[in-house]
Amino acid sequence: MKFDTPATINPIDQLKVIGQPVDRIDGRLKTTGAAPYAYERHDVAPNQAYGHVLGSAIAKGRITSMDVTEAEAAPGVLAVVTAENAGKVGKGKFNAARLLGGPEIEHYHQAIALVVAGTFEQARHATSLIRVNYAPSKGAFDLAAAKDSAKPAQGTNSEADSKVGDFEGAFASAPVKLDATYTTPDQGHAMMEPHASIAAWEGDKLTIWTSNQMIDWSTGDLAKTLGISKDLVHLVSPFVGGGFGGKLWVRADALLAALGARATKRPVKVALTRPLMFNNTVHRPATIQRLRIGATRDGKITAIGHESWSGNLPGGKPETAVNQTRILYAGPHRLTATRLAFLDLPEGNAMRAPGEAPGMMALEIAMDEMAEKLSLDPVEFRIRNDTQVDPEKPGRKFSQRRLVECLRTGAERFGWAARKEPKAVRDGRWLVGLGMAAAYRAAPVNKSAARVRLDASGVVTVETDMTDIGTGSYTIIAQTAAEMMGVPLHKVVVRLGDSSYPVSAGSGGQWGANSATSGVYAACIKLREAVVAKLGLNASEARFADGQVLSAHRAIALSEAARDRELVAEDAIEFGDLAKKSQLATFGAHFVEVGVDTATAEVRLRRMLVVCAAGRILNPKSARSQVIGSMTMGAGAALMEELAVDRRHGFFVNHDLAGYEVPVHADIPHQEVIFLDETDPMSSPMKAKGVGELGICGVAAAIANAIHNATGIRVREYPITLDKLLNAMPAPA
Amino acid sequence: MKPFTYERVGSPAEAAEAAARRPDARFIAGGTNLLDLMKLQIEAPAHLIDVNGLALDKIEATPEGGLRIGALVRNTDLAADPRVRRDYGVLTRALLAGASGQLRNRATTAGNLLQRTRCPYFYDTNMACNKRRPGSGCSAIGGVTRQHAVVGASDACIATHPSDMAVAMRVLDATVETVKPQGATRTVPIAEFHRLPGDTPHVDSALEAGEFITAVTLPKPVGGSQHYRKVRDRASYAFALVSVAAIVQPDGSGRVALGGVAHKPWRMEAADAAIAGGASAVTARLFAEAKPTEHNAFKLPLAERALSSVLAEARG
Repeated sequence: MKFDTPATINPIDQLKVIGQPVDRIDGRLKTTGAAPYAYERHDVAPNQAYGHVLGSAIAKGRITSMDVTEAEAAPGVLAVVTAENAGKVGKGKFNAARLLGGPEIEHYHQAIALVVAGTFEQARHATSLIRVNYAPSKGAFDLAAAKDSAKPAQGTNSEADSKVGDFEGAFASAPVKLDATYTTPDQGHAMMEPHASIAAWEGDKLTIWTSNQMIDWSTGDLAKTLGISKDLVHLVSPFVGGGFGGKLWVRADALLAALGARATKRPVKVALTRPLMFNNTVHRPATIQRLRIGATRDGKITAIGHESWSGNLPGGKPETAVNQTRILYAGPHRLTATRLAFLDLPEGNAMRAPGEAPGMMALEIAMDEMAEKLSLDPVEFRIRNDTQVDPEKPGRKFSQRRLVECLRTGAERFGWAARKEPKAVRDGRWLVGLGMAAAYRAAPVNKSAARVRLDASGVVTVETDMTDIGTGSYTIIAQTAAEMMGVPLHKVVVRLGDSSYPVSAGSGGQWGANSATSGVYAACIKLREAVVAKLGLNASEARFADGQVLSAHRAIALSEAARDRELVAEDAIEFGDLAKKSQLATFGAHFVEVGVDTATAEVRLRRMLVVCAAGRILNPKSARSQVIGSMTMGAGAALMEELAVDRRHGFFVNHDLAGYEVPVHADIPHQEVIFLDETDPMSSPMKAKGVGELGICGVAAAIANAIHNATGIRVREYPITLDKLLNAMPAPA
Repeated sequence: MKPFTYERVGSPAEAAEAAARRPDARFIAGGTNLLDLMKLQIEAPAHLIDVNGLALDKIEATPEGGLRIGALVRNTDLAADPRVRRDYGVLTRALLAGASGQLRNRATTAGNLLQRTRCPYFYDTNMACNKRRPGSGCSAIGGVTRQHAVVGASDACIATHPSDMAVAMRVLDATVETVKPQGATRTVPIAEFHRLPGDTPHVDSALEAGEFITAVTLPKPVGGSQHYRKVRDRASYAFALVSVAAIVQPDGSGRVALGGVAHKPWRMEAADAAIAGGASAVTARLFAEAKPTEHNAFKLPLAERALSSVLAEARG
């Protein structure tokens, strides 16, 4: 199905199932521990052996010798796989560094060996018996030091430079201006489930049970890395215990499980240990961002410039932190620049809302600083600079843009009017402050296919390689099929995450919910046609409701259509150029109250509220879970998350969950989520967009701004830990 | 994890004897630290002596009016004991500020004292560490040192002791009771139990090889207003950047021990004597010899401010 004209009324608009806050259909499996995650698939292949990964002890250089004899002789060891004996191993399209290093080492903890043994303990012990000698070479590990060597760089969907009007001239002559530099640190995905895979070969065919967000990309990349045809790889990932972008790609667990299984002729399972994950896999790269904003005295932006520097391994991409600044606020003179330096740290890549998450961390502090310079309320300053058209291409409109309504609703519901000047509110030992920020995240769409089956008992089964990474995909896909086919939710079975199913958009960039349900919509339209034809009804008047197909004079059970034989329909949604003609995006407004301890400068959140305008909300319950999760992640970014770089050895030092702190329950207060009632007919037949990433965009800046309101201190380097506040705090009472 | 053998023992004397037989052994109680370290090959004992079956899980009154806490009393039980809550409030507060509920249910009194540093370079076996591998050097010095010691460190080691409980024990002047492999018993004042790193940072405590902790004794209650203030980046389940254990008497005298700043709980008589002069007088003495790094210099003003807040609270 082509989607190239705006959606009109369709069966989804009935909202009998879609739009309802139904419980997750897979909730019971998950809460009872019955949902099979990759490492637990003891059932799928007999006689599984265990692999354990050895990571490089240096960040850059060469292995000069590797002695595996002791490891090979250790009890239970079946094989030791290294680059030397693994045969030809290539590199996936989506990987910058190789997944099996040696003799060249590209980053710390790059996998250099897999030991396969009869038990996990045997494999782990034998790994420690491998003796490796290295010739380290000098690497670049310091973004600030490498900044001046950075080159213009394109992102996946963005240019290295954008210019409109005369930014330099307009900025120089602006009556009120800000020129400030902000930094965001390297961050880890720190998902609950580690990267894990089980691989089994049958002849030249490989089956891999793994934890992955993008089945088709990763099937292709695993085949490419192994040098085999894509159709020989069967990749299965029905449940994913968190990904946040870290599982968009094939990682070392999958490749090494496949190589280990080939070497031992047994199924092999491999999980990355937690201390290995932070340096072995990918992370959100650190940025240095310079914001320049010029405005008239009445608060109209005349010039806005945003430059960002990040670093990566050769072949890696930049963090596209400037994208939202091209589109979020009005202003005739504009400039953005994206620069990339070479660093020999582990590979930087996508993490929840790549680009916008760190970009909004900087931009939205800058907006707060400008509002302060202008003596304007920060909500009002943003409203004054709203735009209903793409500021770079005024002929191009937003499909929907209700940022102002988000801001006003949020301010009203949060009690923003009670905000005082900085340092004015004290509650016992706490300095109390309010802060806000806009939220913005693009709403891309991607082709997505599905197959739908109807059987004689009236059960509708959906098959698509879409993944559920904890987001609720199973449930919204079931809701879509139930709405389309007029059946109750319990009559729908959803099968996901298998490369034998039609190729979906996958889970990433917050495009999954809208794209994948639209693919299911398209397949259901075909199935409806098949049902009508089979029952001999008039297609134009048939309605699907209550398990029946209704026409003017007849009501036939849906199951009748499949009485002789199962009906199967397959289709894909393919998006035309509507997304180019108008800008599809999601908007929101964050409001936060913080307390800052007068003595210790510890920051504790007291209240959080967000208003989201993100198209039709397919399931308010799972959508709310997505938003509060991303707000929590943003709180981590604001207050604690930082992969600390050892600039001598070139690695992230705090590579476990004791060292890399993410928020715990005690850090998170009541979170209120308000969805504006919205449909976006330009987005898809579902009229939905996505919320999984919107919620993290801007929240860290809202916290930073609240800290400023509480203390009068402006911190421009994330995370805002107490040591950055302490010197400027008032003397303790 | 290196393969190991395992035995259970039934009495402290048996524990000590087993240790004498196997110098390559470790005692295991809660295992909340040891097992993690074994998985990472930081600890690689060839033999484990499981002491969980010993009847050392009681808290008893002493003839001197104090409490004798069995080595195996779990942190949760110790924190919840009504006598501890009533007479040694700083201890309950410190215990509850540490770890998580699940860990406290498992962790023991003796094990808590014996937990090892959380220095990330100690935890990464690719890095030089004199504590893990004597003589290999210290990679923390010159590295990422936000968590590290600001006082009492050496050129060989700048690690901190991670325990909250030990800081409270230090301010309470607890005593550690032990039995040696040959059966001799002794008591070690908590002040002498943990060591400074010097040039032997691999030696954390005064325990000799195979020496086994049987109990920790608290002297009779000292009264006063008892406080434990733990400062950290997140609200729970994090090690202290700085912690303050303080007991303040109605007459203004008192005592202070700091956590998170040194290789052991950090307390000085001279500093206690200055408490009436306020926080800065106390920390000036505690930090007279401080040598912070660029990353952790904030701990000095932080400790002073935290103590100032505690003293203000104590004095109402």
